[in-house]
Amino acid sequence: MLVWSRSGRALVWALFALVFAPLVLAPLAILGIAAFAGDWNSVLPASWTSENIREATAGTNHDSLVVSIETALGASLIAIVVGTWAAIAARTAPRWLRRLTDAVFHLPVAVPSVVVGLGMLVAFSDGPILLNGTKWIVIAAHAVLVVTFAYSTVSAGLDRTDAAFADVAASLGASAARVLLRVRLPMLLPSITAAASLAIALSMGEVGATIMVYPAEWRTLPVSVFTLTDRGKVLLGSAVTVVLLVATLVVLTIVGLLKGRVEERKRRR
Amino acid sequence: MSATLTEPTSAAESILAPARASKARGGASRALWVLPPLVLAAGFFLYPLALVVKQSFVDKNERVGLDVWRDVLNSPSFGDALWNTVKIAVLSTLGCLVVGFFLALVLSFVPFPGARAVGRIVDTVLAFPSFLIALAFTFLYGTAGVVNAAADKLGLGEPLVGFLYSPWCVVLAEITFYTPFVMRPLLAAFALVPRDRLDVAASLGAGPLRVIGQVLLPEAWPALAAGGSLTLLLTLNEFGIVLFIGAKDVTTLPMLVHAKGAVTFDYPGACVVAVVEVALSLTLYAVYRFVFSRTGAGRAGLVA
Repeated sequence: MLVWSRSGRALVWALFALVFAPLVLAPLAILGIAAFAGDWNSVLPASWTSENIREATAGTNHDSLVVSIETALGASLIAIVVGTWAAIAARTAPRWLRRLTDAVFHLPVAVPSVVVGLGMLVAFSDGPILLNGTKWIVIAAHAVLVVTFAYSTVSAGLDRTDAAFADVAASLGASAARVLLRVRLPMLLPSITAAASLAIALSMGEVGATIMVYPAEWRTLPVSVFTLTDRGKVLLGSAVTVVLLVATLVVLTIVGLLKGRVEERKRRR
Repeated sequence: MSATLTEPTSAAESILAPARASKARGGASRALWVLPPLVLAAGFFLYPLALVVKQSFVDKNERVGLDVWRDVLNSPSFGDALWNTVKIAVLSTLGCLVVGFFLALVLSFVPFPGARAVGRIVDTVLAFPSFLIALAFTFLYGTAGVVNAAADKLGLGEPLVGFLYSPWCVVLAEITFYTPFVMRPLLAAFALVPRDRLDVAASLGAGPLRVIGQVLLPEAWPALAAGGSLTLLLTLNEFGIVLFIGAKDVTTLPMLVHAKGAVTFDYPGACVVAVVEVALSLTLYAVYRFVFSRTGAGRAGLVA
């Protein structure tokens, strides 16, 4: 207990509400209101409509939604495989190599997303690997941006799991592949699903790199929101944002359910 | 006695010894296993980054030299962008530290019914895209926004005309979005402070401010330092918020990279700005890693 008097506590709480409400609650509430607003020229909308939400899930916006989900799933899958592989392999590598891997996989967090996008444009616009103009440049940029979170989450998970289990399994004659598949990966499952959720959430909301590299036929939802608001269609833009948040939540819930199913199978075995 | 005590461990050792020995033997092959992900990271991240640096020295007519650098560094838009970037990042980080410290303090030590739900809302904001805040701000503080409309109804005129397009609005938006990044490690650090210590300090006559200054702040420094430097790094690189607010006078370095790279297709110019930006954030990142390793902020709940 920090504040003992009743009036003092009331004062602190009032101050808390005064800071928290406009800073955190108001922006979230206002988007929800805007998504369903028909005509809005005063404090509150004069009329309500679901027309914006309908338009936000139809036509080009629908295509963008599919593109966003495909990009998020593809980039996250690549990031999880590469990140988990690097984290596990770095664990048993010589010290200098481990530090190098650590540095390389932590670096993308310090590089602005627009610069990652610019690098993709400069590197893959001509030459042996031509990605510019295809959807792969978007997926590659997203994978680079989220792989660092996959790597650090799985590394943290490895710190918490006991390496003796893998050693014992190996000493009992299990092959390296079997140790990996039956002991190490199942033990890392919580970190891997956590990393997947984080990667998907980040990828679904990514703007910086995407806006640098996206080809016309592979426009993600956040870029669509920007083009809409840029043209002054802010209410439709909010509706699309709400659709984006709901879609992200749905995808994350499905990932959570899959995780639950796998864990249940493990328990029954 | 000692024999019976050591026996189980030595038995375990003898079981594990072959595994450890085979581990030591496979040194070279184990090093090979790290190569595939490293090669991918090099190809898709380090190589493009190196090309950005190289491209900054080659102008549009394929001439190699410092011409592009001279042009960009001397242009007023670059100076403005650099100054704006640093100013907005520093002000936002200071704001996040103050607001985050206060909110975490109340949630931890003056809890109210529903404090947990508030904590969960804060966690959710972390997973949201940042442009969402900027979009919400256009409805709240725009010329025809809620605040202006409400003030007009109350007969106060329209106090916030132009606020949306000022650097202050960007700062406020970034404080909104990044405060959770400061709160999370702080809440974790505060959870480790024994409540008795506060009670003892209070029973000895220390007022709340003195308890904060002498008991809580020393515990909070590592978390504040780690959360603050991460926030500074992220606000330096912030793009979505500035883009969506779309103020013409508020250009930051990432905005300049976007304008040159994706709008006017001036790749060399964009690369120069990008190199400056990356140098700036890498320096900060090195500081962050230093603080992070010194204070064990990893335990305080920060990943990255």
